[in-house]
Amino acid sequence: MALFNDMIEPRCATRHDGERVVLILSGDWIIRSAMDCEALAEQICNDLRAAVVAVDFSALGRLDTAGAWILHKFRGRIEYSGARVQVVGVSEEHRLLLNEVDAHHPPPFVPDNNRTSIVSVFDSTGRAVVEAWRDFIAILHILGSLSAVVTTVLFQPKRLRGIAIAVQFDKTCIGAVPIVALMSFLIGAIISQQGGFYLRQFGADLFVVDLAGVLVLREIGVLLTAIMVAGRSGSAFTAELGAMKMQEEIDALHVIGLNVTEVLILPRLLALMAAVPVLAFVSDIAALTGAGLVSWSYLGIPPQAFISRLQDAVTMQTFLVGMVKAPFMALIIGLIACVEGLKVGGSADSLGRHTTMSVVKAIFLVIVVDGLFAIFFAAINV
Amino acid sequence: MSTFTHPAGIEPGEATARPKILTARGVTVGFGNKLILENLDLDVYRGEVLGFVGGSGTGKSVLMRSILGLTPRRAGRIEVFGQDLDTATSDERNLIERRWGVLFQQGALFSSLTVKQNIQVPMREYMGLSQVLMDELAWLKLELVGLPRDAADKYPSELSGGMVKRASLARALALDPDLVFLDEPTSGLDPIGAAAFDKLIAKLRETLGLTVYMVTHDLDSLHSICDRIAVLGERRVLLAGTIEDMMASDYPWIEAYFRGERALRRV
Repeated sequence: MALFNDMIEPRCATRHDGERVVLILSGDWIIRSAMDCEALAEQICNDLRAAVVAVDFSALGRLDTAGAWILHKFRGRIEYSGARVQVVGVSEEHRLLLNEVDAHHPPPFVPDNNRTSIVSVFDSTGRAVVEAWRDFIAILHILGSLSAVVTTVLFQPKRLRGIAIAVQFDKTCIGAVPIVALMSFLIGAIISQQGGFYLRQFGADLFVVDLAGVLVLREIGVLLTAIMVAGRSGSAFTAELGAMKMQEEIDALHVIGLNVTEVLILPRLLALMAAVPVLAFVSDIAALTGAGLVSWSYLGIPPQAFISRLQDAVTMQTFLVGMVKAPFMALIIGLIACVEGLKVGGSADSLGRHTTMSVVKAIFLVIVVDGLFAIFFAAINV
Repeated sequence: MSTFTHPAGIEPGEATARPKILTARGVTVGFGNKLILENLDLDVYRGEVLGFVGGSGTGKSVLMRSILGLTPRRAGRIEVFGQDLDTATSDERNLIERRWGVLFQQGALFSSLTVKQNIQVPMREYMGLSQVLMDELAWLKLELVGLPRDAADKYPSELSGGMVKRASLARALALDPDLVFLDEPTSGLDPIGAAAFDKLIAKLRETLGLTVYMVTHDLDSLHSICDRIAVLGERRVLLAGTIEDMMASDYPWIEAYFRGERALRRV
């Protein structure tokens, strides 16, 4: 049964038999040769001038639905032009197939209408605005149901899911420590080296310590942590909730009478709000270590001098200004991640899109909130 | 064909007169230290509907996946269209894959494509047809499997279970394959829907000359459309034959399956 490359080219011979024209089909009219078949039929149809057309199937090789459809289509065209079509020499199996195709009529082909115009720009802008408003409402909705759940949990502490929180804390915090520490260490080292490179020209080497200390503790530590957590845990939350939504697990929770906010969202948010300050602290320490080591090796500031200078440069307040932002960042990342996760529809495409949106929105809002905090602290002279 | 030699261990007889489309010899599949299939032999003849039954967890899906090359084998030889799958070059493999269609148990439609685009995936990938012709053929396949017209532009998540099966069958039939594998095509369908699906498969077999390899638990399908039935158990094919052979067998599992309470009640 060597059935592979044995396709016989489709052919159609024309013979004039008195008044009628006989079309003798031969070769394989199958999907592999469909383009040839169609071109052939097109050509024959255009040249045909006869009142009666007989189509002879007796020499035909293989026929499948694609071939049968093409024959059917052009038979229709010939009949429309006023000729009468006779079919001769059809084998039983070909007849069955032709009848089957004859019984089903695809609708006429309509090309996709995706012209771009000025209207479509306004259209998509409008949709984006409405979408942003809906997002805002969805976040408020989850925040509201979260408040309600937190209130319940305050009165019934048993309903707080300790194990779930611990599991999430392990995933979002403990698992992230190495990468956050490494990244912060490198950033601290880079700040110190870059700062030192320019400050040395003014003989102000030692101010590298002030620069690194204030920058890391107030801004960089918490911001880097938040961005890393948004990419790492925010995307995971969205993907988890999204996959649960796709598999109807969320619906199963609803019908069992469990509150999705209480079971899925609260443990994740609480774990994240505990994790981000811890990670921010880890990040601070790692970045200062990196800065200290580069100061020592590149600028020749010994560790003792670095530490004593650091003690003068930063206060407890500098550290707290950074740390106080951490839980807010966590809340924003968690809320965005959960909202996007619950928006996932039925397809893999939508899961991917919402996971991307979750990370992009979370990082954007984290930076916006950092800016708001900067304005706030400036206003109260901290 | 006059110099046709029979493989060792296969008795030449009435059955072997028909050409085989799929042959499995000595197939052994295992996971870890557990053997699922051991030294399994199976033949599928051109143009037949083969029903494949067996208890849950006996490895029906594993065998199908092994034939399709999705699950690795430990030993054995599988020939499809006369071509040994192990020695096939990637081009030959590619040709084989164009000539079989698979209906997975859960449908496995691409969730980010509409039904019409799903059907066009194999055409677009292999055939280089014009968009007009692809659209017409996709419509035709949709009609053939009995899906309503408005289903064409729907996404798989918007379809009911029965429609997913039909759409998936339409995709399996996109290239007019010679051999289709159906993994529990009627499970999860109501009896009327299941009967309609059986009729559909019988009709397609008649018109397109399909060979059908069907894993099923549906006794009605086994009675109504299967030419031959193979029973999987004890890591091999226990018995392959017609429904009469099954009814006559006194093997306990086969007896319980075909002459058990549920089976008798349907008469």
